[in-house]
Amino acid sequence: MPNAAAVAHHTISATIPTLPARAGAGFKEQHADAILSDAYRIGFLEVHAENYMGDGGHPHRILTRMREDFPLSVHGVGLSIGSPAGLDLQHLARLKAVVDRYEPAMVSEHLAWSTHDNQFFNDLLPVPYDAETLARVCEHIDQVQDRLGRRILLENPSTYVAFEATTMGETDFIRAIANRTGCGLLLDINNVYVSATNHGYAALDYLADFPTKLVEEIHLAGHAEDQDDTGQPLLIDSHDRPVDSIVWDLYDHVLAATGPCPTLIEWDNDVPDWPILKREAELADAILARHDQTAGGLRHGG
Amino acid sequence: MAAEPVASGAFAAALLDPALSVPDGLTKRAGDTNARRFAVYRNNVMVSLTDALASIFLTVQNLVGEEFFRAMARLYIRAHPPRSPLIFTYGGDFAAFISAFPPARDLPFLADTARLERLWLDSFHSTDSRSLDPAALAAIPPDDLGQLRFNAHPATRILRCGHAAATIVNRDRAGEPLTDVNPMQAEDALVTRPAFDVKVQLLPPGGYAFLKALLEQQTLAEACEAAFAETAKSDLAALLGIALSSGAFSGLDYVCANNGAEP
Repeated sequence: MPNAAAVAHHTISATIPTLPARAGAGFKEQHADAILSDAYRIGFLEVHAENYMGDGGHPHRILTRMREDFPLSVHGVGLSIGSPAGLDLQHLARLKAVVDRYEPAMVSEHLAWSTHDNQFFNDLLPVPYDAETLARVCEHIDQVQDRLGRRILLENPSTYVAFEATTMGETDFIRAIANRTGCGLLLDINNVYVSATNHGYAALDYLADFPTKLVEEIHLAGHAEDQDDTGQPLLIDSHDRPVDSIVWDLYDHVLAATGPCPTLIEWDNDVPDWPILKREAELADAILARHDQTAGGLRHGG
Repeated sequence: MAAEPVASGAFAAALLDPALSVPDGLTKRAGDTNARRFAVYRNNVMVSLTDALASIFLTVQNLVGEEFFRAMARLYIRAHPPRSPLIFTYGGDFAAFISAFPPARDLPFLADTARLERLWLDSFHSTDSRSLDPAALAAIPPDDLGQLRFNAHPATRILRCGHAAATIVNRDRAGEPLTDVNPMQAEDALVTRPAFDVKVQLLPPGGYAFLKALLEQQTLAEACEAAFAETAKSDLAALLGIALSSGAFSGLDYVCANNGAEP
């Protein structure tokens, strides 16, 4: 079992840059040339780790080029940390290979599962918040941090259902994970708003309970709106449109507590041309700059 | 209280099986059956996997149209869910599924097209390697040529098709019309990726047997025999030209008798 302090110590390395407290973008290969030639320098790029687990070819060539110019964040979507079964050690070894190859400033994963009985569902599926799941998730995160030799950030989920087995609030559950494993947190504010709407609580209450001191990165994305069986709004974390104005307001509110923090714009479906995605990043940069002034230049998370 | 459905596997089972009801053990708000809520997960899984197949089997989708493709993909996904979180490796048995799929019976070339597109993506993600310098052969004494063996480039694949899959894939991906293509024409295809771009080319008579032998590390002499065993129409100069210039190989496995160094 790794010692949290030892793992944290391991991340202090002169060769690995930190993420700046600026806006970053989810990297899409079709944007590579536009990003490289743009006078606007995006603060950082984030990639899904699984897209770079092939052996060679264009993906690695392009990402190697981007990594020369921009800080990189590696965001795993397939480790299935919430899985009732043990971690897929082969997949963890692949993640380790990506992290070793690119030496990213940040590594993050999800509080979710995606594999069951050797079937991969390609989605981030929910877990009950109970003692058994807590122990399992902590064990898995210990294993990941031990294998990678560094801390990871864990992202709060967007969910559409809740479990009878749940005995803890999501924020308590996440706080307990961070306390036990020493991992940092990735706060996805769109996920907060989606889950709050879907389960009928106030996003502001959730954020007030959230251990914001441990937040080292923020995610922002667009969501779609549907309805549940009773005609109540059911929000879907679709990543296919601009960030909603309510989520921007919540972001402003969060930054007042955290200070400037690396902030990713995620846009994974119906991906627009770079200028549209850039506009979202510039909006985030403007809000960050405002909080930078109020924080008197103190920087958080880098 | 019902068994917790993540640990019991009930949640997972219901994701891909529309005949199963929403799993027990989920909290219900007043008047809510969770049907539309659980449907979000079902939809996420099905749409993301269908999109993944559509991005791998682009030409198959173009041949049958989006509606047919997505209906076929849904049945395939339920029968053959992915086993790996590396979604770009998905669909290894999609071609076999298509050949046994009754509604595609009138399109016998569809399975070969899928087979070739799967190899295309394997090649795309393969390990980088240098390509054989065609001039390397000049350094080898003529008497030794027959015993020469070639090292395959990691991105090289060959495929024997009973249909015109190589022409169909090349034309379709270049945005060219398929109207004058006879899909029932058998073709042998060579897939290479000398640098980063995948290339599919048709092989001339004897080419498949020739390259198959070389890729299996048989000697050049054995490869020539294999080509002629298949067809007397084999043009050895042309076949050797393909082996040297296509990028199918990364080097020669030849130890110089004089100094033991690689040429």
